[in-house]
Amino acid sequence: MSETLVDVRNLKQYFPVKVGIARTIPLKAVDDISFTIGRGETLGLVGESGCGKTTAGRSILRLYKPTGGEVYFNGELVTDKNITHMRKKMQMVFQDPYSSLDPRMTVEDIIGEPLDVHKLCSNRKERHERILELMETVGLNAEHATRYAHEFSGGQRQRIGIARALAVKPDFIVCDEPVSALDVSIQAQIINMFEELQDKLGVAYLFIAHDLLVVHHISKRIAVMYLGKIVEIADADELNEHPIHPYTESLLSAVPIPDPDITRARQRIILEGDVPSPLKRPSGCPFRTRCRYATPQCAEECPDLSDRGGNHLVACWVK
Amino acid sequence: MSETLLSVQDLHTSFFTDNGEVQAVNGVSFDLNPGEILGIVGESGSGKSVTAYSIMQILADTGKITQGKVLFKGEDLTKWNDKQMQGFRGKNCSIIFQDPMTSLNPVFTIGNQMREAVVLHTDRRGAAADARVKELLELVGINEPEKRMKQYPFEHSGGMRQRVMIAMALACEPDILIADEPTTALDVTIQAQILELIQSLQKKLGMAVILVTHDLGVIADMCDNIIVMYGGRICERGTAREIFYNPKHEYTKGLLRSIPNVSNMKQKLVPIAGTPINMLNLPKGCAFCPRCDAAMKICLSEVPQELTINEDHKAACWMNVKAAYEEASRNE
Repeated sequence: MSETLVDVRNLKQYFPVKVGIARTIPLKAVDDISFTIGRGETLGLVGESGCGKTTAGRSILRLYKPTGGEVYFNGELVTDKNITHMRKKMQMVFQDPYSSLDPRMTVEDIIGEPLDVHKLCSNRKERHERILELMETVGLNAEHATRYAHEFSGGQRQRIGIARALAVKPDFIVCDEPVSALDVSIQAQIINMFEELQDKLGVAYLFIAHDLLVVHHISKRIAVMYLGKIVEIADADELNEHPIHPYTESLLSAVPIPDPDITRARQRIILEGDVPSPLKRPSGCPFRTRCRYATPQCAEECPDLSDRGGNHLVACWVK
Repeated sequence: MSETLLSVQDLHTSFFTDNGEVQAVNGVSFDLNPGEILGIVGESGSGKSVTAYSIMQILADTGKITQGKVLFKGEDLTKWNDKQMQGFRGKNCSIIFQDPMTSLNPVFTIGNQMREAVVLHTDRRGAAADARVKELLELVGINEPEKRMKQYPFEHSGGMRQRVMIAMALACEPDILIADEPTTALDVTIQAQILELIQSLQKKLGMAVILVTHDLGVIADMCDNIIVMYGGRICERGTAREIFYNPKHEYTKGLLRSIPNVSNMKQKLVPIAGTPINMLNLPKGCAFCPRCDAAMKICLSEVPQELTINEDHKAACWMNVKAAYEEASRNE
C-alpha cells in the first residue's frame, strides 16, 4: 500500500432542517465515515442520489464545515484556519460544466483565478504561459484562451474545469460526477484524460459517480455509500467479483452491461421500494428496510465496517 | 412474420429556427412489428427523440415533418388532422418521457390526472373511471392505489412518478408504447425496477415498445432490434447480438470501444475523437465523417446508402461497400 495522502476519520456532516416553527432536526447527510486514499491512488465513491457522496466530497474540502470528525491531509489536520493554504494541494472538479464556470470570465481568467488567489505567478507573462501550458495539458487549443465558457461544448468545458483544478499543482482532486453530464462518446475522452494526468502528475482522486462501470474502470478501490454510511470498501475488481454487502450485490446486479449475452444471462436482484428519506432513517442498519436478509439484530444496532480479508471492509451483520 | 404495425418511411423532420433550418431527422425508415421491443440509440442531437416525437406529431411549434410517411396499420399519419391524431395518441400509441416530474402537473392529484386520460380515451365515467385508474396503478405495482390517487406528484419519488406515467400511458392499452429515455433520471436500482416493469407489461399486454435511449447497457438488456442513429440518420440497424458482436459502422464500433464494459476494465478506453455534431452545419457526406478514423474521400462528398450485411443486419458505411467491392474483385 502506498503512502496515505488523505485520511478521513469519522467524518460527519449534518444539515439542520426546519420542522415546524422553532424546531430543527439534523439531516444526517454523511454519518460517521472513515477511509484513506493513498498518494496517486483513485478511490471511487458510488451510491444513489441522496446517499451523501457529493456531500462527503465537499466536506473533505471544507466547502461545508463538517459537523464532526477529522480530515488529515499528508499527515496534517485540515482546519478552518489552514484550509486556504491546503486548497493549494486539494482541488475539486464539479459535475455540471455549465454552472461551475463563470459566464462572464474568459477561459484565461477562469484558469488563472487559482493562480492569482494563491499568488503562484510573479508576473503577467509567467501567468499567461502557465495558463497556456495548462490548456495544452487538458487538450484545449491555446488560441481559445480569450473565449468565454459558453462558446465551448460540454466536454471542452469540463476540460476547462479540470485545467482550473490543475492550476495549483494539487496532489488530490475530488471529482464530483465529472463525466455524467457528458455525451457517451465524450465521456471516454475525459476518463482517459483523468487517467493520463494521474500517470503523469501522480495526483490522487476521489472519484464520485453513480455509473458503476465508469467508476470500476478508473478506480483502484471503491467505496459504496448508502444513506450517509459507507457499507463496503474493497479493491475495485474484488468488489465487482465478490460483493458481500446485500446492497452492493443488488446495485451491481442492476447495472445494465452493454453486452446482450452477459446482461441477459444475469440474475437481477430487484430492490423493493425506494431509498428512505434521510430525515426518517431506519434504526440500526440503514439498509435493513430493503434488505432480503434483514434480521431483528439489524434493527437494533448499526454494524461497523469489519475486515473480511484483504482489506475488504463490509458493514453487515448477516453477510 | 407478422404484419407490420408501424412503418416509418423516409422521414424528414426540420426545425425552423432563427439560425436557419435544422434538419434533425434526415430520411429515417424503419418498421415496427407487433410485440417487438425496438431500441433507438444515439447521442444527444442524433435525432432519436425527434423521430419518436414525429411519429406522435408532438413536435415543438418550429418543428415540421417535411417529407416522408408514417404508416400505422397501413394509414399515413402525416395526412391526418389534429383531431384524428388526438385519437391516435393514447389509444394506439402512448409516450413516456425522461423526466417524470415535469411530465406531471404539480397542482393536480395523481388520480385527477389519470382520470383525465381514462375519460378522454374511453367511455368510462365517474366511479367506473376511478376503478380503471385504480386497476392501472395496481398494474404498475403501486401499493395502496386509493391513497396514492389522492396525493400530488411531489409526494411521490422519481421511480413512483415514472410508474404513474407508465400507468397513464397504458390507460387504453395502446398498440405502441414509446419510451423516451424512461430511466435516465432515475437511480440504478430504481432503473432496474422500471425496466423490469416495462418488460413484464410488454409481455402481459403484447404491445410494441420503442425504447429511445443513449445508454447502450439498457439497450443490450431490453431490445430485440436496435437502430443506431447519428446526425439525424440511421447508421446501423440489426438484432441486438449483431449490433454488439458484429458492428459494421465505424460509429457503432467507436461507441462500443469508448464505453467501459466488463471486458475492457484493464484496458484504456478508445474515445471517439472530436466533438458532437453541429446540426446547423451538417457535413455534405456521411455525418460521422469528421470524427471517423477510417474516413475515405467518398465519405466527404456522398451520403452512404444502407448495405445489407445479412438478413438481420444493415449498415450505412462506405467501408462496407469497399469491403464488398474488394471481395468481389478477389473472386474474379
